[in-house]
Amino acid sequence: MPLELLEPTSDPSYREGLWTLNFGPQHPATHTTLRLVLTLDGETVVDAEPDIGFLHSGFEKLGETLDFNQYVTIVDRMNYISPLANEIAWHHVCEKLLDIELTPRCTYLRTILAELMRISDHLLCVGACILDLGGISAFMYAFNERERIYELCEQVSGQRFHTSFTRVGGLLFDVSDQWLANLKDFITTFPKMFKDVNRLVLKNRIFIERCQGVGILSREEAICGGATGPVARASGVTRDLRRDEPYLAYADLDFDVICSRAGDCFSRFQVRMLEIEESLKIIDQAMQKLPGGPIFAEGSGKELLPQKREVYTSIEGLIHHFEAIMPNRQLQPPKESLYAATESPNGELGFYIVSDGTFRAYRARTRPPSLVHFALFPQLIRGCMLSDVVAVLGSLNIIAAELDR
Amino acid sequence: MSSNIQPASNGLFWTTLDAAANWSRANSLWPMPFATACCGIELMSTSASKHDLSRFGSEVMRFSPRQCDLMIVAGRVVMKMLPVLQRIWLQMPEPKWCISMGACACSGGVFDTYAVVQGIDRFMPVDIYVPGCPPRPEQLIAAIIELQAKIQKTGTLRATEFADRTTPEGPARFDGDELVRIRDRNPVQFNLPVYDPRH
Amino acid sequence: MMNSTEPQKIALEAALSAVPGPRAWSTFRDSLRLNIDAISLVPTMTRLREVGLNMLIDLTAVDLLEYADATDRYRMVYQLLDTESGARVEVRTHVNDPEPKLPTMTTLWSSANWMEREAYDMFGIVFTGHPNAKRLLLPDEFASFPLRKDYPVKGRGERHNFPVVTRSES
Repeated sequence: MPLELLEPTSDPSYREGLWTLNFGPQHPATHTTLRLVLTLDGETVVDAEPDIGFLHSGFEKLGETLDFNQYVTIVDRMNYISPLANEIAWHHVCEKLLDIELTPRCTYLRTILAELMRISDHLLCVGACILDLGGISAFMYAFNERERIYELCEQVSGQRFHTSFTRVGGLLFDVSDQWLANLKDFITTFPKMFKDVNRLVLKNRIFIERCQGVGILSREEAICGGATGPVARASGVTRDLRRDEPYLAYADLDFDVICSRAGDCFSRFQVRMLEIEESLKIIDQAMQKLPGGPIFAEGSGKELLPQKREVYTSIEGLIHHFEAIMPNRQLQPPKESLYAATESPNGELGFYIVSDGTFRAYRARTRPPSLVHFALFPQLIRGCMLSDVVAVLGSLNIIAAELDR
Repeated sequence: MSSNIQPASNGLFWTTLDAAANWSRANSLWPMPFATACCGIELMSTSASKHDLSRFGSEVMRFSPRQCDLMIVAGRVVMKMLPVLQRIWLQMPEPKWCISMGACACSGGVFDTYAVVQGIDRFMPVDIYVPGCPPRPEQLIAAIIELQAKIQKTGTLRATEFADRTTPEGPARFDGDELVRIRDRNPVQFNLPVYDPRH
Repeated sequence: MMNSTEPQKIALEAALSAVPGPRAWSTFRDSLRLNIDAISLVPTMTRLREVGLNMLIDLTAVDLLEYADATDRYRMVYQLLDTESGARVEVRTHVNDPEPKLPTMTTLWSSANWMEREAYDMFGIVFTGHPNAKRLLLPDEFASFPLRKDYPVKGRGERHNFPVVTRSES
């Protein structure tokens, strides 16, 4: 609970009594590599200065050397707990730039995968945070469910995560009926396990006491600070790109946008847990409406990647593959620049691509939701206690790789 | 470790003590998870309930280096983080081992950029390398089992086997021709920042 | 598709009529872009914020050194959003070497704070009036601006310049 503070700057003897605590970059609760320099008055946080960049790997520089199909492997590694969401966002921008319209089957499959990733991300956010707050059982339950999602990802793409599954205009492979049966199995058995996680988290007396009323973000602060996604929706900003700027198959599906007015840590977690239930609804509807047909966009001639089976068994497939991969024969985007965004589990994940007419981005900028949210952290934590730092940090779902790129 | 106290270390008494020490150390490796990126999530999955790492003795992931004996560097290490890594390695008490998990920690991985260290073994001693991006939990468990075999075979009670490793074991700080290329392209001398974790 | 941005463009042009300086509007794949000079940046942005574009989504720079037909070196791009109506505008301006400088937007939108620090870190563009103009992602001792086109991907040896710790001494 935030305590009343003396005016810190006016009284010099007060400033002398403050002490500095270094939090991170190697600390279990900092979710990999974040560093906070906290100024404390006893146990109350007077100021927090974040120091980031401990995972800055030069993603944007790499985006200028790899083409649109290759960069998806790097984009995967940004928000690494929901990799397919990043891939879908990246190729959403690429396809908008190249003016490619996806086939209905591809849009529905991408919607299903995006929602699976949303479930995975929210489960990890809540699970890791409650692990930091001491409730290890919920972490184990959440990770067990995430293992099932990993199995689904592995069946469809060959990799547990970092799937690199989307391509410009389509997906790497089509899904089999067995996968759809496994997915059906997942969504029928998930609610029961999810109820357990819910009881262990949202109805946990200690969790509620530690998170309610802590780290309050007001609506004006959220808008001025650029917050999007669950962090903003928990503060009353009712924006969801799936409903406001529909992309993929969201316009045809029926779901609710979860918002809250409280703006504290607990409401951020509540929004995430309820969004998991909405995602299940979306997957169910999308599975029922899943159309047949090809994965890659039609009428694209030789420019988009053909199916792997064609590549390995027919000469036309091989030629098409060659035409799509060789640098001087690929699709030529217009010499323009474009910003587009999707609703990733963390917020608005957008890419700004400047194109110079080749199939490689001249500038591939990522708009990272984690960077914007972490910038809000100092104003959330002022006046809270040291142990609230962990709760607030967890509720913002800061992924260091997205933060630092 | 003091290598002058090695009386009859091949005798039955000492080798039995060595074997006993190796057995107990190998089967209770407490990892220090230096998780920086995506491999950290696979490390968390390995210690979660499906692939349970505590079956192999790594029951507790202590985050304090003073209480651990195995450092698992999971994820890419960038310029800003390397001094932190070296400092934590130096803070760990003997005997200690290091597993470099994932392609980025082994060699820089996909990130051959200005910011990512191309393999932590250039600057730190590594015992076991785990390839993969990210490595499956089973691969990490296989690495722990290999490390256990290594400790059983080469370990000593007084941890004297580490005193022989006096030279850096990874690739040279600069690859030979990379240094030439850098010097050719940048004839002007520039001040590079120098980091020392031992200050 | 072009029609959907016309009413928005007309409304914004009317709102910006009092702001001096040349303005060039363009549209691409239903996103509206406004090209202005660096001098009229602050009055334009202030006016845009007043008419409802209350969220700064993204702030970034592009180094146009190797871009064909580019007249200036750095393009600054601001993505603005109106949370009430969902309208988006991309505002562009240009700065040049030597000493690329722009006024800060942190007084209008606090999300500009870290994004401007990152633009300084990566490109070397200085934002006058910024409360905390330090590097954000790279170490403070780092001497170059990596996202400029004349900086190589693999760097200039900074990633190798660390002391080596051998096993026997650690």
